[in-house]
Amino acid sequence: MTAVLYDVPGPRARRRNLLLGVVGVALVLAVAGFVVYRFAVTGQFDPDVWQWILYKNVQLLLLDALLNTLRAFAVAAVLALLFGAVFAAGRLSDHRWVSGPATAVVEFFRAVPLLVLIFILYFGVSRGLGVNVSAFTALVLGLMLYNGSVLAEVFRAGVVSLPRGQSEAAYALGMRKTQVMTNVLLPQALRAMLPTIVSQLVVVLKDTALGFLILYPELLYQARFLGSQGQLGSPILPVAMVVAAIYITMCLLLSQFAHYLERRTRRSGRADPAAPPDDTAIEMQQVRAGTP
Amino acid sequence: MNVLLDNLGLYGSAFVGTVELFLIAAVGSIVGGMLLAAMRVSPVPVLRAFGAGYVNVVRNTPLTLVFFFFAFAYPRLEIADLSFFARACAALIIYTSAFVCEVVRSGVNTVPVGQAEASRALGFSFGQTLGSIILPQALRSVVPPLTSVEIALLKNTTIAAGFAVFEAGGIYQNLSERGYNVLVGLLWVALGFLILVIPLTLLQRNLEQRWSVAR
Repeated sequence: MTAVLYDVPGPRARRRNLLLGVVGVALVLAVAGFVVYRFAVTGQFDPDVWQWILYKNVQLLLLDALLNTLRAFAVAAVLALLFGAVFAAGRLSDHRWVSGPATAVVEFFRAVPLLVLIFILYFGVSRGLGVNVSAFTALVLGLMLYNGSVLAEVFRAGVVSLPRGQSEAAYALGMRKTQVMTNVLLPQALRAMLPTIVSQLVVVLKDTALGFLILYPELLYQARFLGSQGQLGSPILPVAMVVAAIYITMCLLLSQFAHYLERRTRRSGRADPAAPPDDTAIEMQQVRAGTP
Repeated sequence: MNVLLDNLGLYGSAFVGTVELFLIAAVGSIVGGMLLAAMRVSPVPVLRAFGAGYVNVVRNTPLTLVFFFFAFAYPRLEIADLSFFARACAALIIYTSAFVCEVVRSGVNTVPVGQAEASRALGFSFGQTLGSIILPQALRSVVPPLTSVEIALLKNTTIAAGFAVFEAGGIYQNLSERGYNVLVGLLWVALGFLILVIPLTLLQRNLEQRWSVAR
């Protein structure tokens, strides 16, 4: 679509575009160059602040931190999917006394900031009620409550967006409510929503970094720890760069997977040829779900 | 109730801090996001590539990491001595701009192709097509998801508290120093955010219903 916003450039437009391109590159290079220059001037590229990367203990420490991050992500992702499934079913229920509370729970956890949720679970419950809650539990439960609520909305949107004919036909065949949901609606909804669900998992992975603020020993926590070690030359910037590369690579890979799923879904089309795939609606849904 | 009433001043100034941070970062991110979106649909390939690269990287970076850089790493670079509030604003703007850009870009995609083609046939330039034809129409489908992005921004301001900006998320530390029940204190913070977020959510739903275009 974006290519139709302008004509094929003629000689003058080509010259102007080239000029704009050069100015743009110059600006970006100037900003990036200035940052790199400051890095160099303040000695962030000196060999002695990168020495730590050779120490086996440090490598093991970072590996352990990476595993802690992934562990929190895996547990939180599974729990969030379960939570989402249960509450989506609750919201779709025909009984007021089920759908009402389910809606309230989902809306509440979507409106409260995730960090406040984690603080409530960690500081609030342990100091207020005297129940000992580990940082891991607080982080995972917080991620589950927030992302589970978002996923519940995604599941529900997937089911609601299906053509009505699907459920009507299933009822006409004499299926029960549960059968209609599990055999007809859910398989189609899940397929349409799979890219969005994976995008939400990227959010879970990103938000495990919040564990840093409650001192869960994940990547950022260890980066801070290593960065404050005087005998390593306090290499907080070098360590932060490495940790950033790890985080961004992991998230990019997962995002690419979501992208691949989306392209595949789009290529194979929908189950119902009468309803043209509403790409923009799905894209908007995805944009929204990807928001932290 | 006592926890709230005894510390009304604390809660008041903290939530004012939240709202200030939110407003500055919201305006900044909308401006930044619009610029990035204009880059992403522009006829200049280098700008398109830069916009796409920026959005891809930043969208896949944890906000905590951005804050980490600004809180601990930035002072080491000795560029300019900014207050923590300014650095928190910068972190939030850098992060949220990427999401705003995505929303605006997909909004541009919802405008029928014929509109752009017609304006080109009339001899409009890229700037005119975008500014007079596409963006005004895209606005209708952009505003509801844009509101969700800004709601997310409002909630994200709490991360600044973890890195010590004085705002609503940081109340618990003060309360625990004064010996109040932290759980109750934090529940009041959550309630405060509900009060801030719910009107925005209602506004967003309302806009979505009224402005959704049947195409």
